[in-house]
Amino acid sequence: MAKVVAVTGNEACANALRQVNPDVCGIYPITPQTDMMQRFASFIADGKVDTESILVESEHSSMSACIGAAAAGGRVITATSSQGLALMWEMLHIASGDRLPIVMPVVNRALSAPLNIHGDHSDAMGARDTGWIQLWSENGQEAYDNTIQAFRIAEHMDIRLPIMVCLDGFIISHSIERLEYLEDQQVKDFVGPFKNFLPLLDLAKPKSYGPLILTDLYHEYKRAQHEIMTKVKDVVLDVAKDFEKMSGRKYDIFESYRLEDADIAIVILNSAAGTTKDVIDQFREKGIKAGLLKPRLFRPFPYTEIADALKHTRAVCVMDRADSFGGYGPLFMEVSSALYQADTKPLMINKIYGLGGRDYLPSHAAQVLTELNEIAKSGSVKTVKEYLGARE
Amino acid sequence: MKAKGWRELPPGSVVLEGGSAVKFKTGSWRAYRPIWIEENCIQCLFCWIYCPDMAIKVKEGKREEFDYDYCKGCGICALECPGKKGKKAIEMVEEGK
Repeated sequence: MAKVVAVTGNEACANALRQVNPDVCGIYPITPQTDMMQRFASFIADGKVDTESILVESEHSSMSACIGAAAAGGRVITATSSQGLALMWEMLHIASGDRLPIVMPVVNRALSAPLNIHGDHSDAMGARDTGWIQLWSENGQEAYDNTIQAFRIAEHMDIRLPIMVCLDGFIISHSIERLEYLEDQQVKDFVGPFKNFLPLLDLAKPKSYGPLILTDLYHEYKRAQHEIMTKVKDVVLDVAKDFEKMSGRKYDIFESYRLEDADIAIVILNSAAGTTKDVIDQFREKGIKAGLLKPRLFRPFPYTEIADALKHTRAVCVMDRADSFGGYGPLFMEVSSALYQADTKPLMINKIYGLGGRDYLPSHAAQVLTELNEIAKSGSVKTVKEYLGARE
Repeated sequence: MKAKGWRELPPGSVVLEGGSAVKFKTGSWRAYRPIWIEENCIQCLFCWIYCPDMAIKVKEGKREEFDYDYCKGCGICALECPGKKGKKAIEMVEEGK
């Protein structure tokens, strides 16, 4: 029986991690993630899990400790945000290059400078090219469900890659929502016992991690790493199917909302998708065929599937809660790359919104949908990339 | 030997055997060469313990000549060598001199 609770996103993720009961956890505090690892540390102290905690002096060390523990042969977790993820950067590449299935909730927060502790996607977008799988979560329920599914995806014998579960800082991590918890035993049965793959501590079969590979083979190793990413999508869908059987909650590689017959559409990640859906309903009532696409699997990016879902529309706005200064927003770049390969394609604009936790309001969504409606009618785009709601 | 294709590589570039350092000779990195002065050697084997590679050959409990194929010239053996009556049994000499 599912247990209905009122909890924050951080509390929900900490509980998912408790239910999985991993072997090792690298712990270092950073706002707004701190509360998640603090709760998990309480579970360790209270004997609710047998996890060995490694308290470290930085996130660089935290990820290093996780890499060592995962190579040794353990089920390993950590969590971080913002500057912490940025400090992990070089180790993130090692975790993926070594094929270590580390699970890490990332509570999305803006990057310095100027210093800001609130929710935006600059941190995880900066880790886009590190070889990690990325799942994104609209609310606390999705963050909880994604965290549980993440273990099955990362630890799948055909995959063995590290995975980030992204949720919006404060907006989700610190807001209390209604949530359904699974039973502890259900989660244990779902993730199953950890299966080892090339563990260092198998002393009968000595091995080394992290060799020097130069011009003769490095290119081939990266080709092999790319190949693994091409297999992730099917595993994500299989795991989602099993998860739906257990929980009744359905997951895909992205969510389509009133998109099938839409003329105009917004593509948006995480918590802001919820606000946008409400405004889309209002536009539908006015007779405007608006829809939404919310990516869940951002790495690997499902180019073909997303192009198929959007190619019938007339105008699309991709909304980014992060910027690539001097470039388009990172989500826009992916969606426009996807649609370039399609036989028909909509006109496209890119809005940068909500940086540093700036509120994203229904009026913002309405402004974008109104502009999209005009673009669809006129057939022309004035400005491709603009900041939404920035004061003049 | 034919170079391996990307489908034939071990996952995560993991080396699936022990002692594989023997296949990789690092002696060409050396800028300073350790010289063993046998008359000052008390056979304490500190050099063998401290050597980070496998450059000290030992036979029947006694050290022999350096194996220069594996000596990077780090100088740790020369530093640790207690020698005999204040005279070191290992000295570092610049390569090419």
